[in-house]
Amino acid sequence: MKPAVKTIEMKELTLPPELEVVNMTKQFGQLIALDNVSLTLKPGTFHALLGENGAGKSTLVKCVMGFYKPTSGEVRFNQQVQAIDSPRDAQKHGIGMVYQHFTSVPAMTVAENLVLCRYESAALIDWKAEYEVLNAFMATAPFKLPLSVPVAQLAAGEKQKLEILKQLYLKSKILILDEPTSVLTPGEADEVLGLIREEVVAGHLSVLLISHKFREVTAFVDEITILRKGKFAGSGRVKDLTIADMAEMMMGEKRIPQTVQKTLHPDPAPVLQIQAIHANKDNGLEAVSGVDLTVNSGEIVGIAGISGNGQRELVEVLAGQRTATDGQVLVNGEVYRASRTEMFQHRVFVLPEEPLKNACVPHMSVAENLALRTFDRSPQAKGWMLLFKPIREAAQSLIKTFNIKTPSPETPISNLSGGNVQRTVLARELSSDHINLLIAANPCFGLDFAAVDYIHSEILEARNRGVAVLLVSEDLDELLKLSDRILVISEGKFAYESPIADADFASIGRSMAGH
Amino acid sequence: MATEALGWWGVPLGIMAGMLRGSAPFLFVSLGECLTEKSGKVNLGLEGTLLTGAMSAYAVSYLSEKTVGSAIAPWLGVLVAGLAGMVLGFIHAWLSQQPKVNDVAVGIAMIIFGSGIAFFFGKPFIQPSAPQLPAFELGAWSNIPQIQSALKVSPLLMVGVLIAPLMAWFFKSTRWGLFIRAVGDSPDAALAMGISIKKVRMLCIIAGSFLAGIGGAYLSLYYPGSWTERISSGQGLMAVALVIFARWNPIQCLWASLLFGGAQSIGPALQAVGIEGGYYLFNASPYILTLLIMIITCSPKKTLTGAPGALGTLT
Repeated sequence: MKPAVKTIEMKELTLPPELEVVNMTKQFGQLIALDNVSLTLKPGTFHALLGENGAGKSTLVKCVMGFYKPTSGEVRFNQQVQAIDSPRDAQKHGIGMVYQHFTSVPAMTVAENLVLCRYESAALIDWKAEYEVLNAFMATAPFKLPLSVPVAQLAAGEKQKLEILKQLYLKSKILILDEPTSVLTPGEADEVLGLIREEVVAGHLSVLLISHKFREVTAFVDEITILRKGKFAGSGRVKDLTIADMAEMMMGEKRIPQTVQKTLHPDPAPVLQIQAIHANKDNGLEAVSGVDLTVNSGEIVGIAGISGNGQRELVEVLAGQRTATDGQVLVNGEVYRASRTEMFQHRVFVLPEEPLKNACVPHMSVAENLALRTFDRSPQAKGWMLLFKPIREAAQSLIKTFNIKTPSPETPISNLSGGNVQRTVLARELSSDHINLLIAANPCFGLDFAAVDYIHSEILEARNRGVAVLLVSEDLDELLKLSDRILVISEGKFAYESPIADADFASIGRSMAGH
Repeated sequence: MATEALGWWGVPLGIMAGMLRGSAPFLFVSLGECLTEKSGKVNLGLEGTLLTGAMSAYAVSYLSEKTVGSAIAPWLGVLVAGLAGMVLGFIHAWLSQQPKVNDVAVGIAMIIFGSGIAFFFGKPFIQPSAPQLPAFELGAWSNIPQIQSALKVSPLLMVGVLIAPLMAWFFKSTRWGLFIRAVGDSPDAALAMGISIKKVRMLCIIAGSFLAGIGGAYLSLYYPGSWTERISSGQGLMAVALVIFARWNPIQCLWASLLFGGAQSIGPALQAVGIEGGYYLFNASPYILTLLIMIITCSPKKTLTGAPGALGTLT
C-alpha cells in the first residue's frame, strides 16, 4: 500500500505543470504583435504553435520566457499566476527554450557549455565529478554528443542537438522549441522529434513546438494552436483536424486574387532563364537545390515561400552576391554572371530585401547612392574623374519624381526612414529609360500602406511597359495581387507552379508548409 | 679576468640573466592583457598603465621610507602601483564600453594619458633614490660575479610565475573563468545565459590593469631600478603582440615573456664579449621579434585558433 502511493506521488511530482497563457497582449510602440492570445499547454502533451511569418509565435514564447514583458495578460502554472521577469526566472520554473540560433560558446567544449548553462553552479568546478555526472546524463540522453569536442567543430545538426540536450540537462519540464529542425535533415528531424515525443509520452516533458511544417505536426504533435497576424486563429487536436483545415486557419479565409490593370503582351520572349541552379547557405548547407525557371518579358512571376527555404540565396545568386555551386543563369539567351558590364548591357535591375544592407552604402549620401548605377559613365564621369554637378542634378530630379523625403541630397542615406530608403533604391533602379529585367525581393517589407501601394503600382507599370519581373515575397497577398504566374519554393525547390487564374489557395498553403 | 674566464659562456649566461631579470614586466603586462582579451576587449593602454605604475611605485616607496622603513616601502609601492593601474583600468573599461566606442582609440588615448600622468607627477622623483625590492641570491654558490648577478631573482618574478598557471586553472575550472571565456567568445551566448557582459568586462579590464601596474613597479623598483622617462622599452605595447603569440594561453604567456626578456639582453650580452658590430640590430631584436610574430600569425583568411570571438568586433 505505502509503496504504491509513493510511486503515484513521485509520478505526479515529475509530471510537468500545466502552463496557461491568458489573454496575452504585446505592443511594440504602434505595432501590436500579440492581441489577446490564450493558450493552454497540458502536462505531458506535445503542442504546436503554427502560423506564418510575423504571426506572433516568437513574440508569444519570448513573453513566456521572460525576454519581453507583456503589455497585458498573464502566465499561470497549475492555475496559479506567476510573473516571469527574465529567462533565469523562467528556468527556475522549469521552462527552457531552444532557440533558432545557437547559444553555445564555440570555443568551449560540449562539457564546458553544459556546465556553464546551469545558473547555480559552484564557484569552483570539480571536473572529475562533473564528468561523472555528465557521462551519466549522456547515457540516458536521447542523443549522444562527444563531451570534449569544442562546439565550433560540431556540425549544425549536432549543435542543434546540443541546444536540446542543454535543456534536458537543466531538467526543464516544459520545453519550447523554436523551429528546431530548420538546420536538420528530414532524417535527423524525425529522430530528434521522435525521441522528444518519447519523453513527452513518458510524462517527463511538455513541449511547445513552433513550426510551420505540417509533416512534423501531423506526425508528432497532439494539439495545435494557430496564430494569424498576432491574433488567435484556431486550435484543436491534430487527430480532429485535416491539413486543409490547418492551412485555412493559418492563411485566413480563402482570398480571391485582386484584379489589377494588366496589359496583354502577345509575344512574350524569355528574358531570364534559371537552369538547375544550386547554391549554399552561409553555413555550407545547401539552400537552393536545383531550380529551373523562365521569366518572359511583360510578366510578373511570383515566388512564394516561408523565409528560410532558399529564396534569399536564389535572389543573391541572381543579384551577384552569391556564387552558385551549380547550374547557370541566362539573360536574353547569354550566360549571365552578374558582372557590372553584363548588368548594364542586359539592363538588369534588382530591388533586394533589406535595402540599406544590400543595395546602399549607408554612410554615403542619397545623391551618391542614387548614382551607383551610372557614376562611371558620362554624363556623371569623364574618363576617370567624377563630375559632381551632374550627379547632384540627377539626384535632385529623381528625389522630386519619386518623392523621396530627405533633408538634402547630401544626407547620409542611413538617416532616412525605411520607406524612403526603399524609394531611393526604387528611384535608382526604375528610372532607367530601358529596363529589361527587374528582380524584386520583399520590396514592401516593413513599409506603410502608402509606400506599399506606390511600390506595387511602380512594379505593375514596369510590367505593363514590357519589363520581365521576378517578384520574391513572403507576403502571399502581394503575390496574388501582382503575379501573372505563381510558384512556391520549399526547401530549395519549387513545389508548386501555376498561372494566377488557376491558383489554388489551399495548395499554395500546403506547399509553403512543405507538404 | 673573470670575464675572460667565462669567455663565450658569457653570452648564454647574459641571455639567461636577461630572462630572469627583464621578463617580469612582459609577464605581468601580458598576463593582464591576456585576462582582458579573454573577455573580448583589447586594452592597448597598458603602456601608459605600466609607466603610471612605475612612477607611483617609485614615488610611494620613496615617500614612505621614513614611515614604514626600507623593507616594506617598496612592497607598499608595488601595491599602490597596482591600485593606480586599477584606476586607469576603470577609466578604460568605462570608456570602451560606451556604445560605438572603438577599443583601439581608447587604448591609444590611455597610453598618452597614462604616460602624461606618470611624467608630470614623476618629475620630483627623478633625482632621489627610493628603496628597491629585494632579490633572492640564487647564485650565491658561485664565486664568479657574473653568475652571481645573473642568478639574482626578484620575488615579484616568482609571484608572476605562480600567477600564470593559476590563471590557466582559473579559466578552466572556475565558474568565473567560464563566464569570462563565454563573454569573450560569444557575447550572444553569454547574454542568453543571463551573464552581465559589462560587469564581466569591467572586472577583467580592471584586474588586467592591476597586473600591468605591478609590471611597471618592477621596472622602477628592481630593474632598471630608477625612475626616468625612459624607463619603459615598450613592454606595454609588445605585450599585446605577446598575448597573440601565446595564443591567449597564460602558460604560453610565461614562456613567451621569458623569450622576450632574453631577446632584450642579446645585444648587451654580445657586447660584453666584445661583439660590437650590429649593436643596434641586436638591441632591436625584441621589436623585430614582435613584428615577425605579427606578420606570421595574422592571416586575412582565417582567425587564429584560441582567439576570443568577440575580440575586435563592436559587440
